[in-house]
Amino acid sequence: MGAWPSLSNLVFALIFTAGVGYFTYNMRRLIVLIKKGRPVGPVGHRKQRWRNVLYIALGQSKLIKRPVSGLMHLLVYLGFIIINIEVLEIVIDGLFGTHRIFQALGPMYGVLIGTFEVLAVLVLVAVIVFWMRRNALRIKRFLSPEMKGWPKTDANLILYFEMVLMGLFLMMNATDLSFQQMNQGNWISGSIYTLIEHWPAQQLHIVERFCWWAHIIGILGFLNYLYFSKHLHILLAFPNVFYGRVNPAGQFENLDSVTEQVKLMMDPSADPYAAQPEGTVPDKFGASDVTDLTQVQLLNAMTCTECGRCTSECPANQTGKLLSPRKIMMDTRDRLTALPKEGDKKQLLDDYISREELWACTTCNACVEACPVSIDPVSIIMAMRQYLVMEQSAAPSELNVTMSNIENNAAPWPFNQQDRGNWINE
Amino acid sequence: MDKALNVPTMAECQAQGKLPEVLFWVGCAGSFDDRAKKITKAFAKLLQASGVTFAVLGAEEGCTGDPAKRSGNEFLFQMQAMMNIEVLNAYGVGQIVTTCPHCFNTLKNEYPGLGGNYQVMHHTQFLKNLMESGRLKVSGGTFRGKKITYHDPCYLGRANGEYEAPRSLLAALESELIEMRRCKSRGLCCGAGGAQMFKEPEKGNKDINIERSEEALETGSSYVATGCPFCNTMMTDGVTAKGAEAKVAVMDVAELIAKAADL
Repeated sequence: MGAWPSLSNLVFALIFTAGVGYFTYNMRRLIVLIKKGRPVGPVGHRKQRWRNVLYIALGQSKLIKRPVSGLMHLLVYLGFIIINIEVLEIVIDGLFGTHRIFQALGPMYGVLIGTFEVLAVLVLVAVIVFWMRRNALRIKRFLSPEMKGWPKTDANLILYFEMVLMGLFLMMNATDLSFQQMNQGNWISGSIYTLIEHWPAQQLHIVERFCWWAHIIGILGFLNYLYFSKHLHILLAFPNVFYGRVNPAGQFENLDSVTEQVKLMMDPSADPYAAQPEGTVPDKFGASDVTDLTQVQLLNAMTCTECGRCTSECPANQTGKLLSPRKIMMDTRDRLTALPKEGDKKQLLDDYISREELWACTTCNACVEACPVSIDPVSIIMAMRQYLVMEQSAAPSELNVTMSNIENNAAPWPFNQQDRGNWINE
Repeated sequence: MDKALNVPTMAECQAQGKLPEVLFWVGCAGSFDDRAKKITKAFAKLLQASGVTFAVLGAEEGCTGDPAKRSGNEFLFQMQAMMNIEVLNAYGVGQIVTTCPHCFNTLKNEYPGLGGNYQVMHHTQFLKNLMESGRLKVSGGTFRGKKITYHDPCYLGRANGEYEAPRSLLAALESELIEMRRCKSRGLCCGAGGAQMFKEPEKGNKDINIERSEEALETGSSYVATGCPFCNTMMTDGVTAKGAEAKVAVMDVAELIAKAADL
C-alpha cells in the first residue's frame, strides 16, 4: 500500500462525490416536483402511520399476499439492504486506501461476508425468476398496453443491473487472493475460486480490482438511475406508506371549499350578493391536471413501481374496460415529470387520462387494497370526476338524470319523496 | 299484501314522546325498488321479532348523497348530507341501522365531518349483536345444510372492514358456506358501485356482474347471499342472464334469517 492519498483514492473520491452529488441534485428536483401539488393539512394518526411503515413498508405485509412474487421480492429486498453494508466497507477502503477494513471485526467478518454471499446468490436466483416472469411466462399483468416500450425496458434494465451487481460482488470475492486464503466467509466464492485457482496471482488481482471498481461504479450508477425509473419505489415506498390512507377506504374526503358554499346556501341570513374580498380567487373544484392534485397523490404517482397488482384486481379492467389503475398512476407521474417541459400545452385530463377510463371506475377499492405500498388511484379518479362534473358539467347523461332526480326528489330514481314510507303498508 | 307492518316514523314517535332504540335508515333502494323492499320488510320483521323499538324517517328521509359524491358532484352530496343531518340532529338520533352498505358508509364515514355524528351499523352487524345478546334466535330451518355462497359488498367489506358479521349469521343458519375464489378483502365488485348502478357500463368484453355471477355459480351453491340492495340487483341479473335463476336464489342475509324463522 502506497502513501495516502494515492491517485486511485482521489479518483474514487471524485467518482463517489459525483455519484452522490448528482443523486442529491435529482432528489431535490423530485421534491420540487412533488411540491407542485396542493399541500395537505396537518398529518394526524402518527402512531398508526408509523405502524403502517413498520408492517406494510418494512414488513411487506401486503406483498406477501401473493406468496410466490412476495417471497422472492422479500429476498431481493433483504439481500439488497443487507449486502449494502458491504458498500460502506468499499467506500471506506476506496477513500482511505485500506483493504477490507472490516476484517478487523475478526471471525465475525467471515460470518458477515458469508451471509452476504448466500444472499447474493438468492437475489440472483430471484432476479432471474423475475426476468422469466416478465419475458418468458405470459403473466397478464405484465402484458397490459401501458407496459409496452419504456416501462418494459425499464423493468428489464433494473433486473440486469441487479444481476450484474450480484455477479460482480461474488467475482470480487472469488478473485481476492488474501480473502480466499483467509478462508472465512467465502461460502460461495470459495467454489468459484477453486475453478480459477490456477490463474496467475497478477491476473486474479486485475480481475479483483476490475470487479471492485465496477461494483461500486455500478451501485452509484444504479442509485442515479432511480430518479429516471419506476425503481424509485425502493426509497419512496417508506414516506408513501407513512402518508397513505389511515381512514376507512370508503371514506372519501369532503371538499372544504364546497362545504363553505353549501353552508352559505343553507344560511337564511347570508347575503348572496355580498362582494368577495378583493383578490379572492375562487377555488377550482376537482382536478384536471397534476397541480390540482395533492402532494400525497403526486408522491403516490412517483412511488408506483408498475407492479400491476391494482390493475389485475380491478373489476373494470378484468372485464375489458379501458380503465387500469396502474395507468392512472403512470400517467400522473409522466405528466408530472414532463411538466417543466410541456407546461400548460398539455394537461392530465384528456391528454393523458381519458374520460372513458375515469367513468369506468366502480370505486370498489380493490386497487387500493391490492397496492403493496398504499397508493390510492381511486382518489385521483374521484378528483378528476369532480372536475368533470362541477367545473364542466360533463357527466355521462344517465348520471345527469340520476343527479337531477336526487336534487328534485331526494332519490336517484323519479319517485316522490312523500312515498318513501309506502312500503310499510304495501 | 302482507300483514301491515306497523312501523312508526320518527315524527310519530316524537309526538308520543317516545324515543326508539334505533333509527332504521331505509335508503332509496329499500324504499322504492320492488326487490329491495322485500329486504326492508324482512329486516323490519326481524327487528320486531327481537323486540327492538325502532322507527323510520319516512318522507323525511332523503338520499344520503352517495351516488352524487361518487359521480363527482360534491355539491349535491353535501346539500343532501346537510339536509339529512338537520333532520337527524333535530330528532336527537343516536343510533342508526341500515340495510344498504352505501348509506352505511356515507352516514358512518362522511357525515361526521359535516356535523352528523351517529353510531351507524350495517344490518348484518346489528343482527349479529341481537343474536349474540340472545334477543334474536337464528336457526337453520329450511337452510340447514344448504350450500350458500356470500358476496361481499365493497362498501361493507373493503371499505369498512366488515367481513365477519354476515358470515357469522350464515353460520348460525347451519348452512354450508362456500367461499368464492375471490372473497373478503379480494372480493370482486358486483359492478354497481361508484354510481355505476345508474349508468351503462363503459365498453368492454363482459359485464362485471356476469363475471361475478359466474364465479358465484361455480361454487355450486343454491343461494347467493349478500348484504346490499345493489349487489342483490346485479347478482340477480347475472344469475338470470346465465339461466340459473330456477336453481339459484339471490337473497339478502336478513331475508334468509327471516325466512328460516318463518317470518
